[in-house]
Parts: sequence; structure tokens; C-alpha cells
Amino acid sequence: MTMSRRQFIKIGAAGVGSAALASGLGTRWWGLDGDPTPDPRTDGDRVVASYCELCFWGCGVLAHVKEGRVTKITGNPAHPLSRGMLCPRGVGGTGLLYDPDRLKRPLLRRTKRGEDLFEEVSWDDALGRVAEGLERVRRQHGPEALALFTHGSGGVWFKQFMKAWGSPNIGAPSYAQCRGPREAAFQLTFGTPLGSPEPLDIGNARCITLIGSHLGENMHNTQVQELAEALGKGAQLVVVDPRFSVAASKARYWLPIKPGTDIALLQAWTHVLLAERLHDAEYLAAHAIGLDELRAHVAETTPEWAGPITGLDPRLIRDSARLIGASRPASMIHPGRHTVWYGDDTQRERSMAILVALLGNWGRRGGYLKQDKFPLAGYPYAGAPPPPSRPKVDRPKGGLYPLANEVLANGLCDATRPGQSLYDLKAWLVYGCNLVQAMPDRPQLLEAIQKLDLLVAVDVLPAEICGWADVVLPEATYLERDDDAWNGPWRRPFIAVRQAAVPAMYDSKPGWWIVKELAGKVGLADHFPWTDAREFVKTRLAVKGQSWETLSSTGVLLGPEIPTCEEEGAELTFETESGKIELFSKELADLDFDPLPVYRPQEEGPPGTFRLLSGRSPLHSFGRTVNNRLLAEPYPENEVWLNADAAATLPGFEARALAHGERVVLVNQDGVRSTPVKVKLTQRIRTDCVFMVHGWGQTARGQRYAYGRGASDALLTSRVKVDPIMGGTGMNVNFVRFERAVEHA
Amino acid sequence: MSRRYAMAVDTRRCVGCNACVISCKTENDLPSGAFRDWIVTEARGQFPDLTLQIRSERCNHCAETPCVAACPTGASHVAAGGTVLVNRRKCTGCKACMVACPYGARSVHPDGHVDKCTFCLHRVERGQSPACVETCPTRSLTFGDLADPGSGVARLVAHRPHQVLQPEAGTRPFVFFLT
Repeated sequence: MTMSRRQFIKIGAAGVGSAALASGLGTRWWGLDGDPTPDPRTDGDRVVASYCELCFWGCGVLAHVKEGRVTKITGNPAHPLSRGMLCPRGVGGTGLLYDPDRLKRPLLRRTKRGEDLFEEVSWDDALGRVAEGLERVRRQHGPEALALFTHGSGGVWFKQFMKAWGSPNIGAPSYAQCRGPREAAFQLTFGTPLGSPEPLDIGNARCITLIGSHLGENMHNTQVQELAEALGKGAQLVVVDPRFSVAASKARYWLPIKPGTDIALLQAWTHVLLAERLHDAEYLAAHAIGLDELRAHVAETTPEWAGPITGLDPRLIRDSARLIGASRPASMIHPGRHTVWYGDDTQRERSMAILVALLGNWGRRGGYLKQDKFPLAGYPYAGAPPPPSRPKVDRPKGGLYPLANEVLANGLCDATRPGQSLYDLKAWLVYGCNLVQAMPDRPQLLEAIQKLDLLVAVDVLPAEICGWADVVLPEATYLERDDDAWNGPWRRPFIAVRQAAVPAMYDSKPGWWIVKELAGKVGLADHFPWTDAREFVKTRLAVKGQSWETLSSTGVLLGPEIPTCEEEGAELTFETESGKIELFSKELADLDFDPLPVYRPQEEGPPGTFRLLSGRSPLHSFGRTVNNRLLAEPYPENEVWLNADAAATLPGFEARALAHGERVVLVNQDGVRSTPVKVKLTQRIRTDCVFMVHGWGQTARGQRYAYGRGASDALLTSRVKVDPIMGGTGMNVNFVRFERAVEHA
Repeated sequence: MSRRYAMAVDTRRCVGCNACVISCKTENDLPSGAFRDWIVTEARGQFPDLTLQIRSERCNHCAETPCVAACPTGASHVAAGGTVLVNRRKCTGCKACMVACPYGARSVHPDGHVDKCTFCLHRVERGQSPACVETCPTRSLTFGDLADPGSGVARLVAHRPHQVLQPEAGTRPFVFFLT
């Protein structure tokens, strides 16, 4: 119906109810159109199910698409990890998709490495240059001289490329720079690393103990959902953290521990549990070995012993131990995730694993569950590529780090500096991980990079690592590409679909396409017989008659229910050498490591300095989201947390005390200086340490929003203490002093 | 009895993640720099005797509405279920309502009119929850009809200790903070 204004007025004057008629007719006459409900109309014409890539958790999302644009992203109620709810990053995915700074076309470096001057080229030219460089490396140094650093779901294609190419050197900073010590410790104790997502039944726990983990600020969606659920049901929280974290604020007991003394606290807790017979004797008799050795080991480690070491009141240690013990078996010691702190991290995680065992929490409801993967068949390849002829090169000469159960990314960096390992790495493929922020000891990283014959970076944004690359390949975002199905372990096995909601913008391409094209240029096309990611997934599903249509429309396929704990009939089995939980580790003893964890004091910083600690904001995933304008609005930059009382007596600030919100420069023990960063003066942290959210202080000019905002904890981590058991790089061993930032006009 | 929309915000569950803030922005297509809800984190005490309250705040959809009283054009009005809305066609952007509101719950949209939380009435009318409620990973937010004693929000407000913001302002807010 069309109607001129004149006609409209006539009708209105004729006495027909104006409010009923007026809506949508465009009148601006006050009072004539009533008060309509404002509707932003952001619901999609199409809603595409997929899973998120803003962090590694992989929550199920629904992308609303209207007129070719993703208007909003909501949680997929059918997806077991999101259950219809998303964290801010998941909702903020459009901030990545429509980031004006995205890589738009392939880039070739034109000047010296690190000078960040590039030329836009075609995909054919870019991949031709990569192929040429790779072929040269293969001719001169063998295929194993290529390493892949990877983070994120698209990495699966690049791993497949590495297999076809013939190199075993596939690493991720998410191991030795993050969860590695935990994996080694739980493997030693229970015979199984924890992996991701962790098998934790937080929702049914009666007591949850966090040791340095700041769940809630660390926004692993399902875990945070369950934490709130548990609190809602009356579960108690015990939080060990030098900082009054959000979780600490909800805790029955907050233990503001002196950084680096956790093992002493854990030994004291172990002492109390055993001395007061709060442990699960029956469970241990059936499933564990080494209880007598453990009992003897902690005979003297009383709360009174640990008090002066940890800076905690012995009564607080004892009371919290009693709560933890009284709540068993549903008393969870959360294993944490970012666990590379002091170089003795495997031993700290072992202490935690031992507590898990004492509480009978492994394999029980409210504890560590049995998980499984969905029965998805592999792609029916005609044959497997031959295995690489040389071993992985991530371990230095001399057989160090014997219990690393994944590749060490820092080891790959080391092996790039000539003569450090069995053979030298000459080329890097870096997929979706900004090594410049992910790796400690930046000078050594950059030195390794300068030794390379070829560095190829695949990314969505011009991250810092791209500035060091010879070739930069722009990948399409997760909202613009198909990928392999997500198939992680879970208590209810399932797979989730990754499918493009909108076509790829600019000249960006999905990872599968990049790999397939590259393979064609280096004579490996036979190893990539599938046409695209969708056909790849469909073919895998077809092997067992699973439905692509259901997966594609609902976002997930659920597998059969499995018993996840003893209460559901799951049997407790342990893949340790003894077949039991190993409280006392013969494996460690045989390697000349402490078979039971021993507290050893950490080195202190020089006077006037503070131990540098880092962590997460719920709005950001490492440095990956700091250029996302949507997420930056509530959290525009990081701050350095400093105890307000410590600030009042800060050396160098006698004339004028440091004020809240002022900008400071942090200088570490090696003279490394941060970019200016705001100081947050607060009572919420001890006086001997400072805290920063990781990922800021980025130096890539192409990320115009993030450039120069906040400061980088990674840059200040010029020193690490390497875990001798598994090679993790302990990072909380750096100390900073404060300088007032010089104001520039 | 007529509906009375209200929200309960559970400060014991909330971790202040800002999912409510971002989902509001995308659901309502808010311009850069504008918010209809926000997180307030209030720390009290001296180390180590501290408390922290985290609140997801928004318009309180008050029963006594100084914003509506202050509006010279009738743009600010009380709509279905007591929801306080702004009719952008009637709004001249004079900001009288912003001065009158004790909660800073209103801002000026770049198009010139005043903008604020609508309790996502467009969703509620379709039987959905407000966007912030739907996405909240900790289920800290409960929206519903306070006039219906069987509703989730009515039961929470009846059984849990709670506060409203600035009760002394006499506005009788309908956003309740469970403590």
C-alpha cells in the first residue's frame, strides 16, 4: 500500500485511530504515531550455527545474518559448552569480523626483516614465494627444518601439511608457555594429562579450591557457568591468590599467599588432611600407592611451618584444609590452566594432584570426570605420508626435559639458533599465534627469527609476528570460513560444526584453501584429495552414516551418553606404570627428580622491586582480542595493579606520591622498560607483587587501536626459570620497579 | 493484575565479565562508545580484609520516574509492564531526563535522541528474555513479571536479601540487587 502524506492526514482527520495506523508510515508528527516499542531489528534473516574462535574453548554460537552482514552472535542452546550463553568475547565476534585493520591481501616483505614494509601481491605470487622458499629449505636442510607454530582450530590444516611435508616439528605456546606442567603432573600421578576442555565437574562440587586460577576473570565459559551454578547451590570456595581476585571475593577462605610459596601451603594442607584423617583412606587403599611415603614426607610440614614461608596465618591454613577435607569427595582442587610460574611448576601441580587423590575426587561426581570423543571417522585417505626421517628438534642436546608430553615451542625457537639442537630449523610457519607476545625472552625470539631462511605468518589481523614475516597470508575469520568439525573430549561426547556465516571479506581465504593451494605448488596435492572443508567433514560423517544436515542446522551432533564417574558406574583405571594413582612417583625418582614435591624457596627480587604477575581479563583472550573495538569499549587498556600502601612508600616517588590512574613505566631487573601504562592503586593485592592483564603493549602499527595501548608483561619477562621436568618456561620470576612516565605534549 | 517487569541481579553469582554489556550493544545496534548497561565493581576494606560487590547496572525502570516528569515533549514515557522508554521521534535531545535520572542510565545517541535500556521490550513481546539475561554465563540476571508471585524474579526478590540503588532518591527502582 502506498499513501501520500496528504491522504494520510485526511484519514487521520476522519477519526480513525491514529496510533493504530501510524506506525511505519514515517510521520514525524508528535502524538500521531503513539509510542511504538523500539525494535533494533538485529535478528537475522538467516541464523548460522557454528563455533567460536575468540578463544580456544570453542563455544557453540548462532550468527545472525541480515542483508549479508552478521548483526549479532548469540549462544547456541544445543551446544554443551555454551548452553545458549556466551562470554563477552563470544558475543563480540563481530568486532573481529568487521575490524577495519584486518589483513586484506597477501603481503610480501620488501625490506629487512622486522622493518614492517610490505607489498600487496596476489595469492599466486605469495604462495609461489612460500613454495619456492620451502623447496629451497627442503633441498638444503631437509623437510624437518620446517617448524609449525599453531593456535586455533584452523591449525588442523597446517598440521596436515606438516605431515605430508615430512616434519615432526609442530609446536604451540599453549603447552610449555601455559598448561604444560599440569599435563605432565597429572600424567605422572593419574596416568592421563587433562587436556582441553578439562574434565572438571565444577557444577556438582561442594567445595572448589582455586590455586592461582582466577576463574571468572579467566572466562572459560562452561567452567564459569558451573562455578556460578555451584555457588548458587551453596558450594564453598577456597582461593589461593596474592590478589583479591573476583573469585577470591566470593570465597569462604581467601589465602593471600606470598608468590612462589604454593608448594609449602600444599604440603601443609596435605599434612592436615593426613594428620586429622580427613583423607579418603578406602579410596586410597583401593587405587593409590605411596601413601606411607607421603605421610612420612609431610610429617613435619605443619601449618605452623608453612605460616612464615607463605605469609599466611597457620589457623587460616588449618581451617581451609578442614573445609576442603570435610567436603570430600566432591571437593575439587582445580588444576588451573596457565601454570608456568616458577620453574618448579610440575612439582606444584603434583602437590595438587596428590590432594585430588587424597580427597578421592578423581573419578567422582563433583570432581575429575571421564570424558570421551565423539566417534567421528578420519578422512579416508588412500595412504599415510611416510613418517619424518629425523626426530623432533624441540629438546636441547643432553636429554633435558624428559617428561614433556608435547612439543616445546621455546625448544623450537632454541633449535632455530644454529648448533643448539640435533639440527637447525630454517623455516617457520606461524598460524594464528602471535609469538611476540606468547613467548618470553623477546631478544632471543627475535634472534632466532633473524636466523630463518623463511618465515610465513597466517593470520586474520596484522599481529606483531606478521611484521617479522617474509610472507603474510590473510586468513578469513571464523565467521567467514568452513573448518573441520570440533571434536574435543567431553562428558557427553559431541562434535560441533564450523561453517561460514558470510562470504570472506577482502582477499582473505580459509586455512583449508591456503593449505591445499600451497600443497599443489610443492608437489603434495595427492595428500589433499578433498575439495574443501565442507566435503572433508561430510565425508568423515558419511563413513558412519552420521547426519551432516543435523550437524549443519543445529550446530552439533551429540554422541551416546557415557558413564563419567564412579556414581554412574564408570570404572576407575589409571594408565600409570603401576596401574594405580602414584602419590610417590618412581618415575620421577628414577630420573633424579623429587618423587614427592619439596618446597624450595624462590629467589627474591632486589629491594624496591615487585614480582611481576600476569593474568586475564574476561573481555580478552591473550593479545588476540586487544584490537577488537567492541571488546575494548569496556576494557580499553591494561593497568598495573599496585598495593596502595606500597605506593605511598614507593622509592623514587618521595617528592610526589604516585596517584591512581597515573601513567608509569615499569623497568625490570634486566633494564627492560615497558611502554607507559596506567597504575591501579588498590588494596586488592599484596605489597610484594604487581599484576597486569596479559596481551597489551603491542608494537604492531597495523593494529591501529591496540598499538601503544597499555604495557606488555611478555616484554618484561626477559627471564624465565625452566621446569627441568617438562621444559615449561616459568615466567613469574621477573621483578619490576616504577618510574613516572614522562609526559609528552 | 497488570504486569510489572523487573530484574534481579545476583551479585553473588556475577563475575563482572561484561557479556551483558556486549550483548546489549550488538542486540540493540548501539553506536561506538554508547552503553545501556555497565559493570560497577566496588571494593571496600583494607588488605586483607576486603569485600567486593560486582553489579550489572542499567536503567532501574523506576515506579517514580523523574525522567518522565522532566521530559517536556512526552518522549520519555512508561510503557508496558512499567518499562520506561524514550520515543525517539518525540525526543529533541534536550537532556532534561538525563539530569533528572539519579543513575546516569541515559545517554545521547548520535542521531540526537536520548537512548536507554528498554528491558529489550521488543524481545519480551516475542516471549524472549532481554539480550543481557539470555547470554549471562553465570545466570546472574533474572527478568520477569514481579506482579506474578510465581515468576523467577518475584521469588528471588521475595526470598533473597536485596538492595536497590539510591533508595533515598525515592524513585522505587525495579532492578533489585541480590546480596
